[in-house]
Amino acid sequence: MLTVRHLSKLYAGRPALDDVSLSVAAGERVALLGHNGAGKSTLMKLALGLLRPDGGRIEAAGHAPGSPAARAATACLPENVAFHPALTGREQIRHFLRLRGRPAREADGLLAQVGLAEAAGRRIGTYSKGMRQRVGLAQALIGAPRLMLLDEPTSGLDPVSRREFYALLDRLAAGGTAILLSSHALSELEARTDRIVILARGRKVAEGTLGELRAAAALPLTATLRPCPGAEAALAARFPEAVVEGARLSFPCAPGDKLATLERIAAARDLVADFDLAAPSLDDLYSQISRRAA
Amino acid sequence: MPAAARRILSTAALEFRIARRNRWVAVAAGLMAAFALVIAAAGIGGAQGLAVDPLSVTVASLVSLAVYIAPLLALLISFDAVAGEVERGTLLLHLAYPLSRGELLLGKLLAQLAALTLAILAGYAAAGAAAFAAAGPAAAEGLPALWRLTWTTALLGATFLSLGHGLSCVARRPSGAAAMAIGLWLVAIVLYDLGLLAAIVADDGGAFTTRVLPWALALNPADAFRIHNLAASGAVEAASGLSGAAASIAAWKPLAALLAWPVAAAGLARLAFARVQP
Repeated sequence: MLTVRHLSKLYAGRPALDDVSLSVAAGERVALLGHNGAGKSTLMKLALGLLRPDGGRIEAAGHAPGSPAARAATACLPENVAFHPALTGREQIRHFLRLRGRPAREADGLLAQVGLAEAAGRRIGTYSKGMRQRVGLAQALIGAPRLMLLDEPTSGLDPVSRREFYALLDRLAAGGTAILLSSHALSELEARTDRIVILARGRKVAEGTLGELRAAAALPLTATLRPCPGAEAALAARFPEAVVEGARLSFPCAPGDKLATLERIAAARDLVADFDLAAPSLDDLYSQISRRAA
Repeated sequence: MPAAARRILSTAALEFRIARRNRWVAVAAGLMAAFALVIAAAGIGGAQGLAVDPLSVTVASLVSLAVYIAPLLALLISFDAVAGEVERGTLLLHLAYPLSRGELLLGKLLAQLAALTLAILAGYAAAGAAAFAAAGPAAAEGLPALWRLTWTTALLGATFLSLGHGLSCVARRPSGAAAMAIGLWLVAIVLYDLGLLAAIVADDGGAFTTRVLPWALALNPADAFRIHNLAASGAVEAASGLSGAAASIAAWKPLAALLAWPVAAAGLARLAFARVQP
């Protein structure tokens, strides 16, 4: 549904995107991850036809980006979406419905879907940032688009709304919508996407499922031990690689050594009051991948 | 209804609603009505003892008012159209919709022209009512002139609305667009005529006055508006200043300029809009 081949874009002579290729199939949710300035928004604007590429090709819903056919099939939620403050949420959505040739009466249903049924008649100028973001989501849902481009869609949403938002995406993807969403943090995605593409300084530095990225990064787990009272020194002698953090001992554990580590802990069961084996966090994984790319 | 017309009308309806909520409609109408009433009062007083009816005299005075106020109001309403959307961050989403740049600009133009036309109607209706109140049925003689003034003011306004859109695209920021709009108003409405007057004085009836001046007057939309209204009106004698020059210009030239300018200005605005990246 979205095909990007060897895409390059220069800003003032410096590459904002450098030879980036990716594709999003119908029903697939792909996350575009990168720091601010990594090229995510540039890629979104190119996919909307608002910028012209300096190299490579891009196709949205089988058409040139920005063409009437591509625009009709594509919905987008721009970064920091904004609306005229003098309009109400209902008026704004009714206008967007008319632009897409849909009946304006669908507005209230869309606003209810994003939890704005109560506020539909109030001016957007009185909305919070999270509510404006929901208006942005509501307009992106108009007419079940075949391709959705969402730039930082969950910014400004609280964790509960974020979860509801991903549930909404699941339903859209199940209906065949191709979804490309960008984010600046892996933890924001809540592992709710099929594939992840990581951009750094305009280049694609990693692509795969979350599991594949984890395996490729081979980040160590963290083992934490709480010694029984009086057994601190004895336990520290059994695990010489551990560092003492307050009353606890912690040490890294390579993914392949998990069972061996468990066996060593089990062997010291008389000395151990409790233990934990924590997988690396999504943010650990992301910072390791971007560090390696740099 | 064709899809493009529906998108343009929806945009126009939304923009008109914004103009109404921003008080532009009320402020412009109030301003025009107040100015027109002052002019009408002065005109009715001055018409006593003249052969022409009071409404024709009022129209001649209104021409001089409209030539300053209509472009100024038009520029004030329009300068924010594109630059404001860029600054608010609303333009990107609009351009991602199945709505072409031409349709977006046309929708804005329709809405702002409606607001401006309402103001013009409010002003001229007030002036007309005052003339009828003072002179009774005799004022009806001036109605054709008032009608001509009304639609030519709308054309003049449409021209400067589109010029304002063009400046809004070139400036990219509302503050810059406002400065350019005031600059355009000063140059096109005030300095242009002053420059021509200075040239006439320096030329002293030479080739400039006979050859260049008629074209220079017809090509400026504000002068074309003034000449068309004064030349076609029976009240040329009641007006001063450019009436002498107006007599030497074929009537079709200012009319053609008045009709061509709104189209040309809209085309210029569309060209400038093509270069705007959200």
